[in-house]
Amino acid sequence: MTLDTYTTIIAVASIATSGLTIGIGVLGPAIGEGRAVATALSSLAQQPDASATITRTLFVGLAMIESLSIYCFVVSMILIFANPFWNTATV
Amino acid sequence: MRLSPDELIFWQYGFIKLNATIVYTWGLMLVMVVGSKIITDKLSPDLQRSRWQNMLEIIVTGILKQIEDVGLERPQKYLGFLGTLFLFIAVANLCIIIPGYEPPTGSLSTTAALALCVFVAVPIFGIEEQGLGSYLRSYTEPTILMLPFNIISELSRTLALAIRLFGNIMSGSMIIAILLTIAPFIFPIIMTALGLLIGMVQAYIFSVLATVYITAATRTGKSRRETGE
Repeated sequence: MTLDTYTTIIAVASIATSGLTIGIGVLGPAIGEGRAVATALSSLAQQPDASATITRTLFVGLAMIESLSIYCFVVSMILIFANPFWNTATV
Repeated sequence: MRLSPDELIFWQYGFIKLNATIVYTWGLMLVMVVGSKIITDKLSPDLQRSRWQNMLEIIVTGILKQIEDVGLERPQKYLGFLGTLFLFIAVANLCIIIPGYEPPTGSLSTTAALALCVFVAVPIFGIEEQGLGSYLRSYTEPTILMLPFNIISELSRTLALAIRLFGNIMSGSMIIAILLTIAPFIFPIIMTALGLLIGMVQAYIFSVLATVYITAATRTGKSRRETGE
């Protein structure tokens, strides 16, 4: 087991984890955003007068949900492009 | 592959670095300040007015109406702060159609600075509007048990503001950079259009959330009791 092997193991773990992070981490927000938009659309159909309020609240809520998946994206980007654990391998 | 425009350094003298974020931020500020100055030098009150003045009037009245819709009573007082936030982020995200430009909002330094501005401005406006004691009491609503959670939410929403804007814009430029290396020339154009849409939505959301936070901080105890919250 040389130093290179350990570095390779770190790389494999980082890449696999970042893929899993973005895959699993976007599942929940995606379902949530779908439900939010569907509910907002039916509210718009029932109350066209309140469209301004509904749209604004929908966008703010979508931003909140969106930021969750963005967190996952940032974590996976850090793992791939700015990994802090590259030089921690010791023999 | 750069994670943020901070890493593109134009000029270095000792420990002073001029990176792309600073250069493009100051460039945008210069364009906006000088442009506004030139337009507002020749304002006309009658119907004969320049198209630029028309554009500024549309922007200003639109922002005022949005602030009022959220629930602030005197939108003129907050127009400077919130309008500056919106205009800076919107222009910074619109300029990605210029080749060679890197959006400064795609750097965590810029977004953290903007979020810190909101973090500082909310208590200032709140104390100005309802006094120190009443503002501090609002942290203990509805019960004293909620005090730590209110303080945590104050900090975490600032972090969320910064990370949300940074992540959205950074992901947009990164996807375009990756596509440029692997795809023919038409796909990056489509992704740039999507990035423009996301950038505008993020500018809107950033300023609306700042408005919502300020609204929550400036509601006095009397108006809170009236609305039954």
